[in-house]
Amino acid sequence: MIAIAGQRWRRPPLIADVRLRWALIVGALVYLTLALASLEVNWNRIAEGLPRALRFIAAFFPPDFVSRWGDIYEGLLESLTMTVTSTVVGIAISVPIGIGAARNVAPWWIYVSCRGIIAISRSFQEVIIAILFVALFGFGPLAGFLTLSFATIGFLSKLLAEDIEDIDPGQAEAIRATGASWLQWINYGIQPQVMPRLIGLSLYRLDINFRESAVIGIVGAGGIGATLNTAIDRYEFDSAAAVLLIIIVIVMFAEYSSSWIRGKVQ
Amino acid sequence: MPIERRANEILWRRQSPVAQAARFAGWLALAALTVFTFEVMTRNTIWAFFLDAPRQAADLLGRMVPPRWSYIDQLWWPLWETLNIASIGTLLAIGMALPVAFLAARNTTPSVAFVRPLALFVIVSSRSINSLIWALLLVSIIGPGALAGIIAISLRSIGFIAKLMYEAIEEIDANQVEAITATGASGGQVLVYGIWPQILPAFAGVCVFRWDINIRESTVLGLVGAGGIGLNLQASLNVLAWPQVTLIFLVILASVIASEWISARVRHAFI
Repeated sequence: MIAIAGQRWRRPPLIADVRLRWALIVGALVYLTLALASLEVNWNRIAEGLPRALRFIAAFFPPDFVSRWGDIYEGLLESLTMTVTSTVVGIAISVPIGIGAARNVAPWWIYVSCRGIIAISRSFQEVIIAILFVALFGFGPLAGFLTLSFATIGFLSKLLAEDIEDIDPGQAEAIRATGASWLQWINYGIQPQVMPRLIGLSLYRLDINFRESAVIGIVGAGGIGATLNTAIDRYEFDSAAAVLLIIIVIVMFAEYSSSWIRGKVQ
Repeated sequence: MPIERRANEILWRRQSPVAQAARFAGWLALAALTVFTFEVMTRNTIWAFFLDAPRQAADLLGRMVPPRWSYIDQLWWPLWETLNIASIGTLLAIGMALPVAFLAARNTTPSVAFVRPLALFVIVSSRSINSLIWALLLVSIIGPGALAGIIAISLRSIGFIAKLMYEAIEEIDANQVEAITATGASGGQVLVYGIWPQILPAFAGVCVFRWDINIRESTVLGLVGAGGIGLNLQASLNVLAWPQVTLIFLVILASVIASEWISARVRHAFI
């Protein structure tokens, strides 16, 4: 302490190594300069678009639910049905894959193949999977349903597998010691430990699936995204505003009710 | 755990009969709802298109393989643009999300009754609209190009970053803040010396995590015209150039894996 007497106290930096810190700062600045320099901005086009932006904001007061209600209703119905079915089917498939991808439950060859399925499902975005599935299964909500089910598998199996790997082995061993079969072991030793989290994750995924169902319509997989895309393409901003408000309200509702249910079960 | 007593035996059951019946009814209702929604969803489905999927898949695979490797020369620039959309978009979002987070956190907001709900509404509306939809809107407003992508990414990221940050701010240790306040520090000094050091690790982690997600999302923004490698994807899909599509998928896969690796390394260093 004596050695530093007379020096002012300074806050400890986030990155302790001086050279690394400066290298990162300089690197970030160089990158930013290059990135901003390579950005092409067409100011004329932006100036042209400003009245349109104002029109879009004005469209929210009030939004037009009526004139395209038929399309909005169709899209919403597709999105909601897609969300429910894909979440249920996705979970039904994820549970066995999740069990298979837990190292403490499955033999190594099942573990490796289940982890492989999870990796494939996780590495591609929903929209890209939707492009492929639309090409394979044709336009419409069925392709969307398959896309969302597939995406659910990667999400849910991974988190379920991690949860199974974190269980208290004592309880599972106690069940095993009673002479339980493998299925009884899973059912009485492991399932009760992971169930609260599985329910929470399922509700969270329901929420995500609805949000995604609003997007994959852009590439032809049905749902409210298709309606929104059409409305924006026709510059019918008041209908687009209505669709956006409906999406926000449903997502808010889903988020609050799922956090309420999660609070109850956990 | 109910125990049922019968004439001369004691039986353990997981649930009481009533709970079991209720549970069964719940599962039955869920199954019925699923079947019903599936019926509604597939009302207009043409099953012929679904049933020939295996043939379509074989056909598509035949067209997609092998990838057209020489096309990679035209992908470097879009890839650079994709990286820029994700990085600049994340930076913009950080700048806008921090004030929102401080306004939304119960312990730092100036007014719980008025400002906090407003900040929470900003967070929810930003979170509920996917960046692809933001891009769709922005392309029609400010025109196609990387700028629309950058703004779309940042608008979507505000909610994500602000939500995780305000939760982190609400969890800070109040004693440290009080200690700084007790020295006679001003509001700004309390922020810098009392609150900021406590949320810094969470902040770094959240930003890198979001950057990783943004790389994924910016690869597809081009589908609606908002710049990046998605533009090439859209162009290739439109002319059914499947070997190019395969190569683009591979490039996207590689960039996603690389960004995930970087983000995992950085988060590991901070936490």
